[in-house]
Amino acid sequence: MTILRTAPPVQVRTSPPRLRQWDWVLVLAAVSLSMLGAVLIWSATSARLTAVGQWAGSSAARHVLNLVLGLALCWVVSRLGHRAIRRYTPILYAASVLGLVLVLSPLGSTINGAQAWIRLPSGFTVQPSEFAKVAIIVGVALVLADRGSSEGPDLPTLVRALALAAVPVTLVMLQPDLGTVLVILSIVIGMLVVAGIRLLHLVALAVLGVAAVLAAFLLGLVDDYQIDRLTAFASPDEGARTFGYNTQQARIAIGAGGLLGRGLGQGSQTQGGFVPFNHTDFVFSVAGEELGFLGVCVLLGLLALLLWRGLTIALRARDLFGRLVASGIVLWLGLQAFENIGMNLGIMPVTGVPLPFVSHGGSSMFAAWIGIGLLLNIHAGATADD
Amino acid sequence: MTDRVHARLLVLAVLVLSLVVTLAARAFSLQVVDSEAAVAAAEDNRVRELVVPASRGMVLDQQGRPLVANRISLDVAIDRRELRRLDDDGDAVLDRLSELLEIDPEILAARLQNCGTPDAQPQPNCWNGAAGASPVVARDVDVEAAGEMMADPVGFPAVEIERVAVRDYPGGSLAAHALGHVGTVTAEDLAEDPELEGVLARGRAGLELVYDEALRGTPGLEKVTVDSSGHRASGGVEVPAVPGRTLITSIDAELQAVVEDQLQAAIERGRGRIDPISKRPYEADGGAAVVLDVRTGAVLALASAPDFDANVWTGGISARDYAALTDPEAGQPLLNRAAQGASAPASTFKAISTIAALEAGYSTTASYPCPGSYEVGGRPFKNYRSRSYDPMDLKRAMEVSCDTIFYRLAHQQWLDDGGSDPVPDPQDLIASKAADFGFGRRTGIDLPGETAGRLASRDDKQAQWQARRAEWCQRADDGYPELDDLVRARYLTRLAAENCSEGMLWRVGDALNAAIGQGDTAATVLQLATAYAAIANGGTVYRPQIARALINADGSVDTEFTPEKTATVDVPAEDLAFVRQALRGVIETGTARRAFEGFPVDQVPLAGKTGTGEVYGKQATSWFASFAPADDPRYVVVLTVSQGGTGGGTSAPSVRGIYEALFGVQDGVADPTRSVLVGGDAAQGLPTIGAGGVPVAPDMPVAPEGSP
Repeated sequence: MTILRTAPPVQVRTSPPRLRQWDWVLVLAAVSLSMLGAVLIWSATSARLTAVGQWAGSSAARHVLNLVLGLALCWVVSRLGHRAIRRYTPILYAASVLGLVLVLSPLGSTINGAQAWIRLPSGFTVQPSEFAKVAIIVGVALVLADRGSSEGPDLPTLVRALALAAVPVTLVMLQPDLGTVLVILSIVIGMLVVAGIRLLHLVALAVLGVAAVLAAFLLGLVDDYQIDRLTAFASPDEGARTFGYNTQQARIAIGAGGLLGRGLGQGSQTQGGFVPFNHTDFVFSVAGEELGFLGVCVLLGLLALLLWRGLTIALRARDLFGRLVASGIVLWLGLQAFENIGMNLGIMPVTGVPLPFVSHGGSSMFAAWIGIGLLLNIHAGATADD
Repeated sequence: MTDRVHARLLVLAVLVLSLVVTLAARAFSLQVVDSEAAVAAAEDNRVRELVVPASRGMVLDQQGRPLVANRISLDVAIDRRELRRLDDDGDAVLDRLSELLEIDPEILAARLQNCGTPDAQPQPNCWNGAAGASPVVARDVDVEAAGEMMADPVGFPAVEIERVAVRDYPGGSLAAHALGHVGTVTAEDLAEDPELEGVLARGRAGLELVYDEALRGTPGLEKVTVDSSGHRASGGVEVPAVPGRTLITSIDAELQAVVEDQLQAAIERGRGRIDPISKRPYEADGGAAVVLDVRTGAVLALASAPDFDANVWTGGISARDYAALTDPEAGQPLLNRAAQGASAPASTFKAISTIAALEAGYSTTASYPCPGSYEVGGRPFKNYRSRSYDPMDLKRAMEVSCDTIFYRLAHQQWLDDGGSDPVPDPQDLIASKAADFGFGRRTGIDLPGETAGRLASRDDKQAQWQARRAEWCQRADDGYPELDDLVRARYLTRLAAENCSEGMLWRVGDALNAAIGQGDTAATVLQLATAYAAIANGGTVYRPQIARALINADGSVDTEFTPEKTATVDVPAEDLAFVRQALRGVIETGTARRAFEGFPVDQVPLAGKTGTGEVYGKQATSWFASFAPADDPRYVVVLTVSQGGTGGGTSAPSVRGIYEALFGVQDGVADPTRSVLVGGDAAQGLPTIGAGGVPVAPDMPVAPEGSP
């Protein structure tokens, strides 16, 4: 982790932020999304859970528990000084990389074709790639802010930043979880753009990227099923048996919701179990069917609010590091949400990325709240001087 | 912050905002603009319309005995949608099924394919039901196998055990030709008639076909909401199924059994005799018999031989069974000879010729010569075995079956009509009388595929020539190169040449042959029976009917079929009475005397006529047409055996057997209480249908032995 250690000290805040320095609009938007998620998860799972003799609310309760834990993480992260962040980032990074290595070992569990989870003895599963995103954002921000100038990052900085991202990206690629890879790469490129990358570098990067993708296909590094998955959205009726089935059913659910929705617990697609994974990756379809276009607007509104607050924090950040972290987090949450919802709506390929705050899953929830914590941290740094 | 970073952050903001707007726009398009299609698709997912089959109506005999009933068959169907969802596309399930049901796994897989699709196998190893329905891969499986599958839904997912009502023919081969059979509704049927949707089986032959619409009822509709794995969540009857109506027939199961036995006995009798011409035993390769009520035209029994067990159709007939039923070597058991087999009625036709003679001015008392041969244009037309008699009256001519008297009559009529060069509008007396009695015309019996037979006449000859002239002339030029028998080929070529040039001419030979029921004339037992019934009942030609009534499931009468007159013959009553007397004489002192020796004709006078039809290249057809009691006729009985020999020798004894059963004759004494018919006569009312549509009926006769 020499890359991180050689970075010079950035501005250090002396006192931890207090709660009133929190951006409450941001927090409430995230909490609302999480609670909406709990409701949708309850609707998606209660019938199934009852059928197998479990408490109808157990999945939703778990989601709420994850939210509470996430809030705690958020509070802790929001109070960290920059020095602490610098100190913890390599640890988080190392832990994520270690986790990503572990999932590829026999300890990892395969769900839906990707070996992306570690099953803990308690019955919990951890998805290290979710935490890797946070580590990469902060790590890349540290590297870029280190050599930040009005000219944008120079070539060695660029290489270092890319090298930092390359390690976890390669490991995620091996799972294989193409969706997460694409999200991480988009975040990094977005951060480079914000950092002021030169156009020439950006073009060179794009050429390299295209070459890499071509090489991956030609060398057979990408499995057929991944290509099928990625292209299924383009011909959903033809591929209805495979991944297209999910998106087709999700789109039927969403479309059937109409303007006002069919009412919570009333959607036949949701209640009949026609949309697979509708408490995780396809949770949006539940909102679409049962809450309708209006519900979707509320969800998208909360998301937009959250992203707007994140962008505001990025704009107001006092230093490049804060700006890059904030914009990285906005990119992360925004792109991942776009990919997830876009997949539900049939305009994006099927990749296994969750909808932040809303999808069931602890790792995603914790990582997202760490992101909020970082945003709050930066916000507090900015407001401290206001 | 540098301006550049600031600017790029703004770009980022715009980007993020545009992503959210994109999502909202797409959601708007799906949920507001195109919502309807999705609602329909979701509904289609959730609600499955289940067709509730209607139970098919029974077919009963005149006493309410079941001729066709229903029983439950356990069928194995496969939900293809669910099968495809299994990890291995259901291979493991199919393997287990194949082992349990002892069906080849490949055949099992083939039966999942819709018939007519590119790689589908031919029937029955493809699914010919509704394209979207679950294909039935095995029918009528045993209870143990079905139980095993039902008890193990994990081992047999996607497998459905369907309890399907199938046809059951308790009498086996009894009345099999009249009853017909049902078959599954195919995709083509559905395309043709959407009302067949949800109908499990439709009539394919016999009464099952003719009264199919009434028997099959109307399927009901049930709307069932299901979850993604097809499990029933809730359901409700939308439209209740209307059970099919019960068909009550005029057939009497006991009499039918007797008639079938007697027909078989006649066939055996024929096979036991040597044909004096071919010097071989008679082939007796088939036969038919019918008993009608002369007062109504009701069919009391209708038999055709060889027959078959109607139950072979249940659950779909195997290709081997079907081949056997249609094999000409086996006598085409499927053919209903009573309605579909016509041949020269021979001397039984003399009843008609006698009526024509009386119409032409012949006296009932005068004597006419009956030489052994009647010569026309140097060509002799002979009596049976060239026997010559002293002059005799018309009654005696009928009794001894003198041909030459009728040749003379036909010759005179032919000359009166202008011979081969007819006067305008020739009378064609014999043919026109025969037409009055229904020859050359379908009787209209409520069975499918009836033949009209043929009536030789001036008009028929002309029509035939018009229709076949080109073919004949072609053959006259080309001959019959495909025939190995050169003698026959030469004969046929000569015949074709003659027909080509002169086939339109009604020549004297045609007229003479027609007068004794030979030549081109061909009739079915049904046609003879309706004609003899008209002689017996004073001139009414009835449409033979098997159906008596259709009964609703609640026991109320839906339709009662009344006797239908198709014609009333224009014959003086005394002429008919004379013919009846003459026919009585046939039994008492004529050609059938030996067959009826000892029958109590003083108690039950009988009237009948033998017939021995000549068929080119075949042995003689044996006929016996009759009615009884001769003084107050109730029943007409006609029996024929193809290649069976003489009417008196082969058929008449069996007809006697039928009358003995009808009139309870035992040891030369008739006792109505011993009659095979309950009450000693055809039932006049309808049988009682008890609670739940179950008929109150006497026991079924035991299925006749020796039938397949």
